[in-house]
Parts: sequence; structure tokens; C-alpha cells
Amino acid sequence: MERIPILKMGQYLLVTIQVDLYDQLAENLESDLINTISKHSSKGVLIDISAVSIIDSFMGRILGNIAVMSKIMDAQTVVVGMQPAVAITLVELGLSLNGVISALNVERGMELLRSKMHNSDNEEPEYDDDNE
Amino acid sequence: MQNNSLMGLKEHENKLLTIWSQILQDSGAGDGAMEEEESKEFASLFLSALEKSGNFDEFEKVEDLIIGIASSRGKRGFSPRENAQYLISFKQAASKVISELITDSAELYDANLKLNEILDNMMIMTFEAFMKGREDIISRQVDEISEISTPVISVWEGIVALPIIGTLDSSRTQVVMENLLQQIVDTGSSIAILDISGVPAVDSLVAQHLIKTVSATRLMGAECIISGIRPEIAQTVVHLGIDLTGIITKASLASALRTAFDMLQLNVVKRKVIG
Amino acid sequence: MTTITNNREEALIVKEQDVVPLRNRVKEYGVKIGMSILNQTKLITATSELVRNLLKYGGGGKVIIESVSNGRDNGVRVTFIDNGPGIADIALAMKDGYSTGKSLGLGLPGTKRLVNEFDIKSELGNGTTVTITKWKNG
Repeated sequence: MERIPILKMGQYLLVTIQVDLYDQLAENLESDLINTISKHSSKGVLIDISAVSIIDSFMGRILGNIAVMSKIMDAQTVVVGMQPAVAITLVELGLSLNGVISALNVERGMELLRSKMHNSDNEEPEYDDDNE
Repeated sequence: MQNNSLMGLKEHENKLLTIWSQILQDSGAGDGAMEEEESKEFASLFLSALEKSGNFDEFEKVEDLIIGIASSRGKRGFSPRENAQYLISFKQAASKVISELITDSAELYDANLKLNEILDNMMIMTFEAFMKGREDIISRQVDEISEISTPVISVWEGIVALPIIGTLDSSRTQVVMENLLQQIVDTGSSIAILDISGVPAVDSLVAQHLIKTVSATRLMGAECIISGIRPEIAQTVVHLGIDLTGIITKASLASALRTAFDMLQLNVVKRKVIG
Repeated sequence: MTTITNNREEALIVKEQDVVPLRNRVKEYGVKIGMSILNQTKLITATSELVRNLLKYGGGGKVIIESVSNGRDNGVRVTFIDNGPGIADIALAMKDGYSTGKSLGLGLPGTKRLVNEFDIKSELGNGTTVTITKWKNG
């Protein structure tokens, strides 16, 4: 069975989608990703979709699911590199991907993840590990 | 096409041309020198085609010529009426010449019928050519307008601005969105300012287009600020019950820029003069 | 305005794996007539939505891809034909937010917004036919 590779980079996971997804592949990605978050207690997930030329309502739903599921597991998902044509099509279609945070590229996405973690560390000192 | 008398028309080309240009002048559908050349060419080609009638390739040439003439007249600003008048007067001239040539009434009737058939068909073609000439102009202008009216300006590192002038319809919104999003990618900007000072009115449709543009920008991972909200726009927006609460709106481009600086954690300070 | 078909092909859609090749074929038709990336994306997204409906509600079916021309513009027309249960109330199905399946419920009206022409015919028990057309400059 074909699978999308998930790379671990420290506290974060990086997924680069290079092929147009069909349903089974997308569903596999969803479960693989959630399992990997759990395994490494990852704090953030970057999904690079710069090579994706189409997102329909099904794919949109998968992205939304991943964002919400990872949030429950205390990991922030950032979708990066959406093509302009894909963004316009999603808006026309009526999908705004609520709950999904996006960034222009992997670099910006990484910055965003770091700043989010930094903020949450400051806001919730009771969960903070002082020896870090 | 076995009509001998129509074939004989070629010998009277000059006479026909004289009558034609007379009618054209009287009707006011002509424009002098430039036309004379065209008309001469047309009459000559048409009559030659009649002479060799039966050979349809000949008529194709005539049709090509008249289509060319019609679209060039269209571009020169002739009205469709004047354009039609051009061929109608040719028909009048031709039938006048024929009526002098042919004495037998049945033969004359046949000849006229044939002439009508050919020229009416050409008239339809000229109409089509005329319309197409106009449409080409319109579509070129539409392209030009949409190109010149949506410049994306890079105002700061990471900030692009797009002033919108004129009404936002759906095709315009599409161009605006495409340009803006492409610029965001190209410049790696995380903030886009959409200035609507030049938009005459914001109704629910325009608002919907603005909201779409903001949504698309956010999907890309950038923030969109709408500036240039005039008081009357604010009033209509509220009266129409349009919800813009999810969107950052600012009265002027200056205050939008200030907000953008804040978001990028930039400070603009006046230089202190030492001494 | 009469429309002329320049090129035509049919594809049978019976399983999920047929979706991606179909999208690619439709995209090739768009590329061939010089359609912009944005219009291509809209067209293949609409195709994707409809072919998903075809699989989910119609149990698979036939898709016809055509390269069409109306004398003024060129375009791609895609027709989705299934022999499924059909749609009882088309007007209701075309309303934003309506769905019988577990999708997001913006299938049909959302899809309609992506294309220039959208035509749906359905008869209870006799399947559904949806035809979409995207013009190159539409």
C-alpha cells in the first residue's frame, strides 16, 4: 500500500505531499500522522502542499480532521505552500478550512509553530517544565 | 448560375462604379478616397467572379474581401447601418445597370433574383464581420482595463498593497485575487492591504467578493487588511446587514500600514537629532 | 449558439483509484486548449467533486470528456452518467449546505460555482446525469 512519508524533525513532524491524493491515500495519511504524533509526542505538524494542484471537499475535510485531531493531542498543525489557484478554488467552492492554520512556506510555518509554542509556554506556566 | 446577362456586367464596370459612388455619396455612407480604392477592388473582383460564375472559389475570394472591408469599416467607426448601406447601394447600382442591359422582363427578374441572393448572403457576412471587429476591440479593451487596474505594490518587506479602482464584479475579483495571491507568493509577503478608496459603492455582492479575497489570502497563510473605508461605505455596509466583523478594516491606507507594522512587530520612530 | 465537439472520450468509473487518472485526463484537455492554471484547477476540482458523487451515490458510472468550441471560445465539457437511485428533489440538492452523505454538503452548489455551465438531470430510480462546461476564458 502506497503511503505518504512522515519526517520527524525534533519536536515537529514534516509531511510533504508530492502526489495528487486519492481517498485511501489521504485516509491513510490521517491515521499515520495521528499515530506518529502520539508515538513521538510531537508538538507541531507541518503539511507542505505546495505540489498539490487540487484540493476538493474530501481532501479539505481530511486536512481539517488532521488539524482538529492533532490539536486534541496537543500538537499544532500548519498547512504550508498552498497554490494561489487552489486557494481561490477552495473559496469559490465554499470551503474555508476552518481550524486549519496556514503559512506561506515551510520556513514561515516553522516560525509560526515556534512562536505558537513560545506563546503557549508563557501563557500556561503551570504546565511548563522549568528544567528545560 | 447560367445567367449570361449577369456575366456581361463586367463590361460595364466603370458605369456601375460611377452609379455606386453616386448613391453612396447621396446616402452619406461613404468616406471618400480610402473607400474608392476598396470599392474599386470589390467591384472588380465581384464582377470577375460573376463572369466566371459556377466557380465558387472565385466567390470565396470576394467574400474574404468584403469581410475585410466590413471589419475595417467597423474599426473606422462606421455604423452597422452605414455598412449595410454600402452593399445595398452596390446592389441598387448593379440592378440599375442590369435593367438597362436586359430588356426581357423574365430574364431581368431572374438576373435580379440571382444578384439579390449573392449580395444578401454577403450582407449577412459583413454584419458578422462587423460585429466580430467590434467584439475584438471590446475584448482587447477588457483585457487592457483589467491589467492596468490591478497593480500590486510592494510597500514594505513582507507587505503588499493593492488599490482597487472601479467596481468589483466577479471576473474582476478573479483577476484581483490571482494577482494578489501570486504577488504574495512571489514576494513572500505575509500581509496584504486591499485599498478600496477607489471603489464607488460597496453592495452585498462587492462585499462578498472582498470576503472571498480575504478568505483566499488567509488560506495561503497571509493576513489581509481592507483599507479605504469611507463613511458612506461603512453606512451602507451596516444598512445592508453585511457582516465584515471577521475582517480587519481600516479607514485609510496609512492606518492599515500602521496595523501591518504592528503585526510584523516593526517600529517606525522619528530620528533624534543629537546635539 | 451552437457548440461543436472537437474531441471526445469516455471513461468508466467503478472504483476510487479511477479518480486520479480521470482528473489527469480532464486536465490534459484543459492544457490542450490553453486554459489558465486557475480555470484548470476549478475544472478538475469540480470534476473531482462530481466523480465522487458518482461513486458514492450512483455506485459508479460513465464519464464523457469533450473538447468543445462555440465559435468564440474553446472549452472542456465533462458529463457524468450514473444509474443510481437518482435525486428526488434537485432544487433541494442544489441548495447550499444540503447533503445526504457524510461529506461537507457543499458538493453540488459549490461545484456549480466553479464552472460556467452546469446542467443536472435526474429521475428517481433511473440515475443522474450531470454536465459541466468550463470555457477557456470563462
